[in-house]
Amino acid sequence: MKSFLSVENLTQRYPDGAGGTLTVFEDASFGIEKGEFVVILGHSGCGKSTIMNILAGLSDPSSGVVKMDGYAVSGPSLDRGVVFQNYSLLPWLSALANVTFGVQARYRDWSRARVVEESKKYLAMVGLEGDVLNRKPAQLSGGMRQRVSIARAFANHPKLLLLDEPFGALDALTRGTIQDELLKIWAGTEQTVFMITHDIDEAILLADRILLMTNGPFARVAESVEITIPRPRTRTGIVDHPNYYAIRNHLVHFLGQRSRDLAGRVEGGTPPPETVRLDVTGGEPDAEAEPAPRLRAVNH
Amino acid sequence: MLTSLSLNQRAAILSVVLLAIGLLVWEAAIPAQKAAGELTEYERLIGGAAQKAGIPPPSEVIAKAWAELSNPFYDAGPNDKGIGIQIGYSLFRVLTGYLLAALVAVPLGFLIGMSPVAYRALNPFIQVLRPISPLAWMPLALFVIQDSQMSAIFVIFVCSIWPMLLNTAFGVAGVRQDWVNVARTHELGALRTAFTVILPAAAPTIVTGMRISIGIAWLVIVAAEMLVGGTGIGYYVWNEWNNLDLTSVIFSILMIGIVGMALDAAFGQLQRAVAYAE
Ligand SMILES: Nc1ncnc2c1ncn2[C@@H]1O[C@H](COP(=O)(O)OP(=O)(O)O)[C@@H](O)[C@H]1O
Ligand SMILES: [Mg+2]
Repeated sequence: MKSFLSVENLTQRYPDGAGGTLTVFEDASFGIEKGEFVVILGHSGCGKSTIMNILAGLSDPSSGVVKMDGYAVSGPSLDRGVVFQNYSLLPWLSALANVTFGVQARYRDWSRARVVEESKKYLAMVGLEGDVLNRKPAQLSGGMRQRVSIARAFANHPKLLLLDEPFGALDALTRGTIQDELLKIWAGTEQTVFMITHDIDEAILLADRILLMTNGPFARVAESVEITIPRPRTRTGIVDHPNYYAIRNHLVHFLGQRSRDLAGRVEGGTPPPETVRLDVTGGEPDAEAEPAPRLRAVNH
Repeated sequence: MLTSLSLNQRAAILSVVLLAIGLLVWEAAIPAQKAAGELTEYERLIGGAAQKAGIPPPSEVIAKAWAELSNPFYDAGPNDKGIGIQIGYSLFRVLTGYLLAALVAVPLGFLIGMSPVAYRALNPFIQVLRPISPLAWMPLALFVIQDSQMSAIFVIFVCSIWPMLLNTAFGVAGVRQDWVNVARTHELGALRTAFTVILPAAAPTIVTGMRISIGIAWLVIVAAEMLVGGTGIGYYVWNEWNNLDLTSVIFSILMIGIVGMALDAAFGQLQRAVAYAE
């Protein structure tokens, strides 16, 4: 079956500044299903933002295609909303105006009053109400700014929501609250999300599936790790789940060691990402007929 | 006691004190000159004209200012018009030339800022034309346009176009790519992107260029009117110099400063209105 979003043989090369070429990644292929929350983890510089900008249609790959709903993506579109780490708000507009900017662009025939009402609704969902709405981004804390960005993105109901390290610049406490808010606003929707992060715990809390990238150049999506922790999840709740440490250890090992070991070009073509399912709970009632791979060894 | 006042209050007191001292020194320096002129009958006779051309004391300038400003709009023939009328002529020329320049410079600057090709193609012309003193255009303008009023406006146009053009191009080219990407991901067309994202993003730089331009235009109009004559504050200064009426010359110099300050303040206000913090 074809995925809702399918990335096929994506290759990105840049001039390396010394006359040669830098291959960021080569023949990357993976898919994302409708309604799925997929997080991509990898070291800085491996090409995560590059992939995201291609998905957003903001830049073109050297070769390969991205298909959404079966159609090749070309150029940016309201169907693919983006939240960047910084600067995705327009600093001369108030918090409310930043959201109405998006809603107005999406629903061009709506009346002004309706646009404002809808914008306020989504701002309230991320805990922003009253006076704060009239402040300019510079007068808001980093956390509030990202809340506004998230409200604007969700209010536009994109088919695919792209988040590039949205909480990377926030302190740990603020990050925690906003993660909760993101989960809350996401839970009520069928929103498909593709998110980049550095933070393993954030990835486990939010994701249905985590894509692991090896170090660049010639980075590739080596594994797709299913998060076998049931929803709804909370930051304190997931820690008590038996699968939490198995998954976390796997991710820590990957980022600490295997992302380096697996790095480099694979002779004979880039293989598709390997599916990893870690489940130590054993006889779950919903266990599939086909035996699921259990706590797979990581040193292969 | 002084320390209990705010910084602004202390500065204001100091300004007033400096002004008073300056005026006193000026006033005190003048009678010595006069006394020297009163030595002999003969000296008075030949020094009569020189006496009249002597620097007037501030009290005379203030009296003149009072007289002129209490009836600024009288019109008693081509060589005797109120200061308000003269400044009005100058402002009309400055604002006309300036607005025409803005109408050309801002759209053209947008184009140059958005397109590296346009930038490279137009840059050599800009680099050659920009350093030319605007007054150097005057003879050519008088010959081609055959009208002194229009020539003065043209000179203002030429001198105010460059800062606006360069600042607009610079501001537009420097708009953060992330903000342009916000417009792109919201599927805004070229025109809406220009008006709702690029213009507000570049506005502080553009208005800075406009403020520099209006300052230059006000500097240049005085010289231009001295050349073309007829009306305007520049002509007024020159005319009073020919009449050896230094009191009027000093008074009009002060008026030029005050109007220039007001123009600058207006653009300062506009600058604050479009400013944003990142
Ligand atoms: N426009 C570009 N030109 C040249 N190299 C680039 C360009 N954009 C990104 N790169 C390079 O591609 C690699 C991946 O960058 P990026 O996608 O930003 O990484 P990540 O988001 O994973 O930290 C980096 O080595 C970076 O230097
Ligand atoms: Mg990045």
